[in-house]
Amino acid sequence: MFEALREAMIEEMTLDPTVCMIGEDVGDYGGSYKVSKGLAEMFGDLRVLDTPIAENSFTGMGVGAAMKGLRPVVEGMNMGFLLLAYNQISNNCGMLHYTSGGQFKIPIVIRGPGGVGRQLGAEHSQRLESYFQSIPGLQMVACSTPYNAKGLLKAAIRSENPVVVFEHVLLYNLKEKIPDEEYICCLEEAEMVRPGSQVTILTYSRMRYHVMQAAKTLVNKGYDPEVIDIRSLKPFDLHTIGKSIKKTHRVLVVEECMRTGGIGASLRSAIIDNFWDDLDAPPTCLSSQDVPTPYAATLEDATVVQPAQIVAAVEQICQ
Amino acid sequence: MVLGRNFEDMCAQMYYRGKMFGFVHLYNGQEAVSTGFIKLLNQPDCVVSTYRDHVHALSKGVPARSVMAELFGKATGCCRGQGGSMHMFSEPHNLLGGFAFIGEGIPVATGAAFAAKYRHEVLKQSGPDGLDVTLAFFGDGTCNNGQFFECLNMAQLWKLPIVFVVENNLWAIGMSHLRATSDPEIWKKGPAFGMPGVHVDGMDVLKVREVAKEAIDRARRGEGPTLVECETYRFRGHSLADPDELRRPDEKSHYAARDPITSLKKYIIEQNLASEAELKSIEKKIDDVVEEAVEFADASPLPPRSQLLENVFADPKGFGIGPDGKYRCEDPKFTQGTAQV
Repeated sequence: MFEALREAMIEEMTLDPTVCMIGEDVGDYGGSYKVSKGLAEMFGDLRVLDTPIAENSFTGMGVGAAMKGLRPVVEGMNMGFLLLAYNQISNNCGMLHYTSGGQFKIPIVIRGPGGVGRQLGAEHSQRLESYFQSIPGLQMVACSTPYNAKGLLKAAIRSENPVVVFEHVLLYNLKEKIPDEEYICCLEEAEMVRPGSQVTILTYSRMRYHVMQAAKTLVNKGYDPEVIDIRSLKPFDLHTIGKSIKKTHRVLVVEECMRTGGIGASLRSAIIDNFWDDLDAPPTCLSSQDVPTPYAATLEDATVVQPAQIVAAVEQICQ
Repeated sequence: MVLGRNFEDMCAQMYYRGKMFGFVHLYNGQEAVSTGFIKLLNQPDCVVSTYRDHVHALSKGVPARSVMAELFGKATGCCRGQGGSMHMFSEPHNLLGGFAFIGEGIPVATGAAFAAKYRHEVLKQSGPDGLDVTLAFFGDGTCNNGQFFECLNMAQLWKLPIVFVVENNLWAIGMSHLRATSDPEIWKKGPAFGMPGVHVDGMDVLKVREVAKEAIDRARRGEGPTLVECETYRFRGHSLADPDELRRPDEKSHYAARDPITSLKKYIIEQNLASEAELKSIEKKIDDVVEEAVEFADASPLPPRSQLLENVFADPKGFGIGPDGKYRCEDPKFTQGTAQV
């Protein structure tokens, strides 16, 4: 997946000279997850800017540059570090287009790896999607495959809105054959992963793989789940989600962010608001535990949703 | 400067008459800094300010009527009434805000300066005079904030065309600069990061202009940033809600005696650059401008309900796809704010 993201960066930076990259170790080091490997040699030190460790300020710098016509891609070495940039992301990325009465655009992309990894400890295992989701004026997408990673990053760079692209630490080494021809994924659309008829499972990012693993087991047991990768965390693609719920009448959300105030919480509310009459069972949600991710492997495994829990939840819903 | 002073005085009047609301921070007394610096800029140069931004806006060329209408919350304001006193923006005048949290504008200014350098070096779009310069205005309180230091570092590191202008008026609401700062001489923080640090009498517009010229020219030539500390004073409280009880009368009268407008007037008369009558006629013209601004703002319409969601996204596809498969922004009831979100 890191190669797909890298290809997206190279293509967009070649097409549009105002696209630039800002972040820690993106230049000489090539990015801590190799997404910008070789880019500084190709495009120069100013277009692939190695910053000092000052997230709030260099994110704000990205905002100022975007207001003056550039299209920066700001990398958070780990999404968690962007908590330091919250001031700029909330007040400036999200709000300046509005408070300036539409005079200034902020076509910035903020991307980086988040999610629970392998025993990285609590602070490197954060899921910021739930923290950013209330910020008005911001769009959020989560990529999960090399194909949609490249497509979504390209779309995010081309978008006139500020977009946060959530990548996942454990998915960078995924390999997939992707088209040679240019393609873009729609920022606002969800992705149908496995059509089915019995229950709608909504998920995103790494949990997609746990869901698909559970789906194998479920199919063997005679169930027919429909799996949708919502991809767009803000706004939700209510059309794809609604179409599915109208078909299956049962929905399960499987997410990696924490239960309290997570994406699943908002998604369930949106489903209740829009599709109440189509539901035969309460919308259910499996989320990570509300716990700082522990270091020990057994505890860490217990923090996130595992395939066995997904299987059990589906069996419960379909009774 | 006189426009700034008269405008701010009118703001106070309008506020107490219930035409202006919220937090309003007036600039009385600090006019020399705004005029001294901003009047040296060209149109492509950028200004970034704080919540005390009315006069920076006026100095950069934003019409008084647009600023007044914005303060009245009318649709004809420079930000369509959506920003208010603390968020003045003007794209044609390159005024990049107006920020409520102190320090959060400094990275934005650094970004504007970065864009100027980028345009020159990467896009090969160079202006005839050199790099476009950005001025970042902020106060003494901000100089204890992390974003200030982080940006001093980055600006010097990459030799960005920016001037950091500290309007040291000795008070951050009720916190005296001396009680908040370990080393109160802010200009010294420049050399700590490798850039020149200059202290200037911020009550004297000609002295400010001299220092400003050098700093702006330095930036334009690509030699990097300068930190300029202007010793100045606000004659009114922090905001119109501040009772201003902590500042001693003798401190206030000391600076009142150094009123930048009175000083410049005296200088002009003594140097025979203009007569009393000419100055009076300029003041009359300015009074008319401010009166007209109030009339314009009064007569302007309030923003309609349908304006509420218009500028949330530059690309309104960001509101997403509704259950019917169409983008929400394609539903006219949505933008009018009557459809359910």
